[in-house]
Amino acid sequence: MTAADRAPRTSTRPPAPRLPPSGLASDLRAIKVVWHRELLRFVKDRPRLMAGLAQPVLYLFVMGTGLSAMVPSTSGVPFRTFLFPGVLCMAILFSCFFAAGSLVWDRELGFMREMMVAPVRRGAILLGKCLGGTTVGTIQGMLLMVIGAIGGVPMSLELVVTIFLQLLVICFAITAFGVALATRVRSIQAFMALMQMVLLPMFFASGALYPLSGLPPWLEALTRLDPLSYAVAPLRHAVLGASGKAALAPMVTWGSFVVPVWLDLVVVAAYALVALGVAHRRFARDEA
Amino acid sequence: MPPVTAESSPAIVVRGLEKRYGDVHAVRGIDFEVRAGEVFGFLGPNGAGKSTTISILCTLTAPTAGSATVAGHDVVRERDAVRRNIGLVFQQTTLDDYLSARRNLLFHGELYGVPKDVLPARVEEVMTMVGLWDRRDSAVATFSGGMKRRLEIARGLVHAPNVLFLDEPTIGLDPQTRSSIWAHIRELQARHAITVFLTTHYMDEAEHCDRVAIMDAGTIVAEGAPEALKAAVGKDRVQVRTADDVVAISVLKEKLGVDARVHEGAVTFSVASGEEFVPRLFAELPIAIRSVSVARPSLDDVFLSFTGTTMRDAESRVQPPRARGRR
Repeated sequence: MTAADRAPRTSTRPPAPRLPPSGLASDLRAIKVVWHRELLRFVKDRPRLMAGLAQPVLYLFVMGTGLSAMVPSTSGVPFRTFLFPGVLCMAILFSCFFAAGSLVWDRELGFMREMMVAPVRRGAILLGKCLGGTTVGTIQGMLLMVIGAIGGVPMSLELVVTIFLQLLVICFAITAFGVALATRVRSIQAFMALMQMVLLPMFFASGALYPLSGLPPWLEALTRLDPLSYAVAPLRHAVLGASGKAALAPMVTWGSFVVPVWLDLVVVAAYALVALGVAHRRFARDEA
Repeated sequence: MPPVTAESSPAIVVRGLEKRYGDVHAVRGIDFEVRAGEVFGFLGPNGAGKSTTISILCTLTAPTAGSATVAGHDVVRERDAVRRNIGLVFQQTTLDDYLSARRNLLFHGELYGVPKDVLPARVEEVMTMVGLWDRRDSAVATFSGGMKRRLEIARGLVHAPNVLFLDEPTIGLDPQTRSSIWAHIRELQARHAITVFLTTHYMDEAEHCDRVAIMDAGTIVAEGAPEALKAAVGKDRVQVRTADDVVAISVLKEKLGVDARVHEGAVTFSVASGEEFVPRLFAELPIAIRSVSVARPSLDDVFLSFTGTTMRDAESRVQPPRARGRR
């Protein structure tokens, strides 16, 4: 613009970078930056990784072992194997919610503004967060598969691949759900409280810890509404499949209709889209 | 002042800008222009509407009425074009404490679409400028307040903006760090021909600016170069130490038509131009003069003369619900 007419210039400055206009490319860049940052922070935060693994280990080995004495076999497999998908679900639940909660942290610590004032769309920021949570959650889930194998849960290559693909969908949905909550609160304390209020009921009503059949009607209704039920069912179907007991896996039923694995995942994805829509409506209106 | 050429259009043009938050009229129809390449200061007490104005110019808040263009782009209709052309440094830090200094700047460059092949060199250049290249791999959490502010200024420059906005850039910093921040701002202007728009409520800092606009209660009460504004107030303060103050005062009154009083142990009075008055003083006073001092009016005096109140009083008067539109 007016660089040439400004008086004393003592340095030769390299030409200013030319910035591209907004568009799909700039949104993709923003998604990548937000995702990359989420990953860097996960890798640097060892206590978070440890805490994320310690709790499931506790459930699997202590609770799983303790209860096996009472419940020797469930759905045709040892109780610990039955419990494993539920524990897996719990691990990614915390992991993904934590990733979503960083949105609140970012707001409190100020970094949110840096993203909000960039020439990118708000939706790209949310999508980057969700993909970050998906990656972090899936990594944590795969680590848990190793722990499961050590704990005697039968494994196969097919199981690992199936679980990996399912986790991508499930982790995305859980993060989106967490992000929708995170856009509604302004303090990390409020988010933590909200998380406790939402997360545990979701977990307990999901069939992660017990089969979904033979429940009293009120609990049955609750389990059918719980998005997590549709996440636990395919995971358990896959894990029992590795023991050749897929047919015994407790699936979600709508009346007499048994919801197949693909439809479970469609339901999970639908929940994700709704959550993302809710989050975006709120987030796009926010002033930085 | 730089020679004005035909292509030198203003960096910022504001026309009839207004912002209301419910019943609160934060900005009440302001007009001003900022020339390309100048350091323009927005001076006023907290709650005067400075932050709201800067927020509108940075496309973070929509104006209720009026218009504003930054680097030739409308802040409402061409939001992203404005954002690519501006650098922002807020009062509160917006760095990621957990990441390294360099990583913060690389992310910034990526967010703004700085081409990959020039980004690393660009980051090194701006970090070197603020003297933080040696600390590039340290986590920002280990930085002092002044270092963070310098890093934020560097980050604001990564995408080579035309206009750099600094909201209270030296607030909460020690005097030494403040002057180093100012040295950087000056260097930016001299070397990079960048336009700097800053807000401050430190009177002494406004003196560093090429031009200032004084804002009070949502309106601009005065605008111009600090020297011109102070000249408009008109009066220099002269203090004379003499052998006999009583005689001095009566002579000043009778021969020179000036009302003087003893203040701080010296005969004190105000005149339009202190420097021109002093020779007459020596010619007329029959007694020994031990010392003479002439003080220019400060921007404090300017604020007082335009608003009828001091900045300090204005701050205690206005306690606006700022939080509503911000953060």
